[in-house]
Amino acid sequence: MNVLAAKCRVVHSGFSLDAELDLPLEGVTALFGPSGSGKSSLLRIIAGLDRVAGNQVMLGGEVWQDDSKGVFMPPHRRSIGFVFQDTQLFPHLSVDANIAYGMKRAGRRAPRHGIGQIVDILDLGALMDRRPSTLSGGERQRVAIARAVMTSPKLLLMDEPLSSLDIERKDEILPFIERLAHEIGTPILYVSHAIDEVLRLASTLVLIARGRIVAKGPIEEVTSRLDLHPYTGRLDAGAVLRSTVSAHERERGITRMVFPGGELVSPLIDANIGTSINVRIRSRDVSLSLDAPKRTSILNILPGRVVQIEDSGGPQAHVLLDVGSPLWARITNVSVKELGLKPGMSVYALIKAVAVDRRSMGRPTAMDISLDRE
Amino acid sequence: MSDLDAVWLSLQLAGITVILLMIIATPVAWWLANTRSRLAPWVESFVALPLVLPPTVLGFYLLVLLGNDSPIGAFWVSLTGSTLTFSFSGLVLASVLYSLPFAVQPLQGAFESLGRGPLEAAYTLGAGPLDAFFSVAAPMAGRGYLTAVVLCFAHTLGEFGVVLMVGGNIPGQTRVIAIAVFEHVETLNYAAAHILSGGLLAFSFTVLFIVYALNRRFPIRVVGR
Repeated sequence: MNVLAAKCRVVHSGFSLDAELDLPLEGVTALFGPSGSGKSSLLRIIAGLDRVAGNQVMLGGEVWQDDSKGVFMPPHRRSIGFVFQDTQLFPHLSVDANIAYGMKRAGRRAPRHGIGQIVDILDLGALMDRRPSTLSGGERQRVAIARAVMTSPKLLLMDEPLSSLDIERKDEILPFIERLAHEIGTPILYVSHAIDEVLRLASTLVLIARGRIVAKGPIEEVTSRLDLHPYTGRLDAGAVLRSTVSAHERERGITRMVFPGGELVSPLIDANIGTSINVRIRSRDVSLSLDAPKRTSILNILPGRVVQIEDSGGPQAHVLLDVGSPLWARITNVSVKELGLKPGMSVYALIKAVAVDRRSMGRPTAMDISLDRE
Repeated sequence: MSDLDAVWLSLQLAGITVILLMIIATPVAWWLANTRSRLAPWVESFVALPLVLPPTVLGFYLLVLLGNDSPIGAFWVSLTGSTLTFSFSGLVLASVLYSLPFAVQPLQGAFESLGRGPLEAAYTLGAGPLDAFFSVAAPMAGRGYLTAVVLCFAHTLGEFGVVLMVGGNIPGQTRVIAIAVFEHVETLNYAAAHILSGGLLAFSFTVLFIVYALNRRFPIRVVGR
C-alpha cells in the first residue's frame, strides 16, 4: 500500500495552512472541512498545481516535491488523476477525445482498466460522441471522472467534484463515484465540505479547519467523537457503520450486511456480496429500548451499551452507543429520564431497516426501482 | 497590368505579414496574459504604439533604423546584398511592426479569458507545457486567432503611410494597392482609382462579414458550458 506523505505550509495574508499528512492510501480518504479551511490548497500542492517553497510531498518512495533537495516534479509527470470542481472538460473535443487525451499521454503507465469497464461504471455509453457543451452538469462531471481514471493514476484527487451541482444532480452522481471507488481500486483523496458526501463515500476522514488538521482516522471513529462535532456538523448527521454485504434474500426483498459488532438488514440493494458499503444511520432514526422487543416491525435490533449522553439544552438529547461500532441516537430528554439512561447501561438500539441509505450502491435508477417495488 | 501587380503584391505582403505575426505575437501575447512582471506595461505600451502614432512617424523611425547607414540596415546589406529600405523585405518588417497590436491584443484577450483551468487540467492528464499549449490553449483561443488573422490581413492591405515612407513606390517591389490608388488620384485617373478602391472595399467588407457571421453562428466557446 502506498503512503502519501506531505508537509505543507502556506502563509498568505488572512490565510495560513500548516498541515502534515501521513496517509496510508486505501479506499476513499476524505479531506473534510468548511470552505476556506485550506483543504483545496492542500490538494493543489499535492498535485503540483501550486508550488509553495519549502513544502514536501512524497508518494510511496517517490519524491514529488522537496525543496531542501531542489526537487519539484511538475504535475504532468506525477501519477495523478485530478477531478476539478468545474470539470474543466475541453470544449473543443468530444467526450471520446476528452477521455482519450489523458489515455494517450499516460502511455508509460500500464492501463489498469479497460475503457469499456469505466464507460460502463459511469454509464457514458450514449455520451461518447457528444460535445461537453451539450451535456448536463452531472454528465460532465462523470466524463471528467472517467478522463482522470483512464490515466491509471496511483492517486485520484477529487476537488469538491459535486459542489457545483444541485441536490438532484448530486444524488444522480454519488452512486457512480461510490461504485467507482469500490471497483477501480485506485486510492481516492476526496475534498469536500458536505458531510453527507463524506459519510457516504469515505473510509478514512481527515478533518481540517483553519488550515490545521484537527483529526484523522477511520470515518466511524472520527464522526463518533463528540469533541469533533463542532467540525463534523450537526449531531443529526448520525454515524456510519462500515458494513459488508453478506446475503440477499430476494423473495423477502431484503439485503443482509455485517458490520463490526453485528448484522444489519436493509431493503434489497444492488450490490455484489462481499462489497463493503458505508451505511449511514441518522440519529433521528434510532430509538432505544431497555428490553429486547419481541413482535415488532423493526428489523434491526442491536444490543449495545450507553457510552455518553449529551444534553443539547433543548427537549432532546443525543446518546452515543457502542453496538460494536459507535452509533448515535436522538431521543427526548423525557425518555432519557423515564428509562433512567446512564453511561454503561445495556440497551437495545432499534433501527428501521428503511433508514439504511436508500441509494448506497449501484445505479440510481436500478436502486429506485428495486425499492419502489416494495 | 501594373495595377494587378499591385493587388498581387498587397496580397503577398499581407499573407507573409500575417504568418510572421502569428509566430511572433503568440509568445508575446502568452507572456503578457500570464506574467506578473513589472516589464509588462512597458511591453504592452510598445506593442500598442502603432495604434496611436501617425504612420509617418513610425515610417520615419523605421527609415532611420533600417537605412543603409544604420547597424541593422548595414547588416542586412552585408547578408543579402540588397537594402532593407525601398524593398519588399523592408516592407514586410514595417508591416509586422505596424500590425503588431492587431495580432497581440486579440490573442492576449483570448489567452486571458482561458484562465488557468484548462491548462491545469491538461497538466494533470500528462501534457507538458508546450503540448498543453498546442492541444488545449491554442484551439480554445481559436476565436482570438481568427480575429487576429483577419484584422492583421485587412490592416496590412490598408496600410499607406508606413509603406510610402519605408518602401516608396517601386512597381512589383513596394507599389501596393494603397500606393497605386494614391498615384491614380494624383494623376487624376479616377477610373483606375475607383476600380482598385472599390475592389479593396468589397474585399475587406466581405472578409469581415464572413468572420463576424461565423462568430455569431459558431461561437468558439471559451468556457466549458
